[in-house]
Amino acid sequence: MRTTLASILLAASIPVFAQLGVVDPWVRATVPGQGATGAFMQLRSKQDVRVVAARSAVAGVVELHEMKMEGGVMKMKPIKELAVPGGAAVDLKPGGYHVMLMDLKKQVKEGDEIPITLVVEAADGKRTEVAVTARARPVAADGHAH
Amino acid sequence: MRTDRRSALLSLLGLAAAAGCDGRGSIAGSKHKFNAIDVSGGGWGSDFRLRDPDGRVRTLAEFFGKVVVVFFGFTQCPDICPTTLLRYKNVMRQLGGDSDRLQVLFITIDPERDTALVLKEYVANFDASFIALRGSPEETAVVARAFRASYEKVEGQTPTSYTMNHSTFAYAFDKGGHARLLIPHNLEAAQVTEDLRYLIQT
Repeated sequence: MRTTLASILLAASIPVFAQLGVVDPWVRATVPGQGATGAFMQLRSKQDVRVVAARSAVAGVVELHEMKMEGGVMKMKPIKELAVPGGAAVDLKPGGYHVMLMDLKKQVKEGDEIPITLVVEAADGKRTEVAVTARARPVAADGHAH
Repeated sequence: MRTDRRSALLSLLGLAAAAGCDGRGSIAGSKHKFNAIDVSGGGWGSDFRLRDPDGRVRTLAEFFGKVVVVFFGFTQCPDICPTTLLRYKNVMRQLGGDSDRLQVLFITIDPERDTALVLKEYVANFDASFIALRGSPEETAVVARAFRASYEKVEGQTPTSYTMNHSTFAYAFDKGGHARLLIPHNLEAAQVTEDLRYLIQT
């Protein structure tokens, strides 16, 4: 597994507790005219944190989504926040959570590096931003293989 | 009675209420044990008239002689739809020499955003032989009903950022155009290949 540990920025007050590791971030490439796609990654944190928002310059609307299967029906819904318990790893992968990039401003081509900012809130309410660069995999990428 | 049990199961599945069903096994009465759900004789989605990305009207009848797999989805689906298309790409590879006797059809449930151009490019990324089909919103609803497939629009923050919930079964028709299998989304490609090879070779 290729590991790009994109740990925090937000210079001035880097609170150690808010460190969020982002492993293997990727997005699914799109075809021309396709308005949305998903971003996937693994999140790890030493302390309990919550991802409370996401932004990207390539999309007009960015949401955290959860996909659930209910009796053979795929249901997708935005979630307000995603908890990353301290010491645990939370997977954003097909069949579960993803960052949904909607109202795309341009086609996402294979190999493109897509900037995504995750807004992370620590237990004490302090917020930091984590910059993630997600590489675009082919439209037909296998979401389960690394 | 066999028929009663079968229709009871079919109506259950028809309501997409297959929760709790492990999605495997066959209905009493079928000789062959499939990995997918045997719906032989159920009369599902007998036919449709939808357009391919080139504007041609396509029907199930024109594929007689081939095994046909139909499923519903939309290109802005980040998750289940590409995973399903990828599974059938792998099935095609596993079928080897028999792959030209399988036709995969992807019916969009989001004709509003899935233009012909988007659909054509999208499915071509998985396999050149796959055909995307599109109808008006009304035509789509009629076809989905015939397949007992369900879908609903979930409004988003902007008029174009909505998403779709939808049922995820694929439907397999034999070479004579008879509905035979309801394929759950979580069957492995190898299990699907095994079932489809049986339909191709019998």
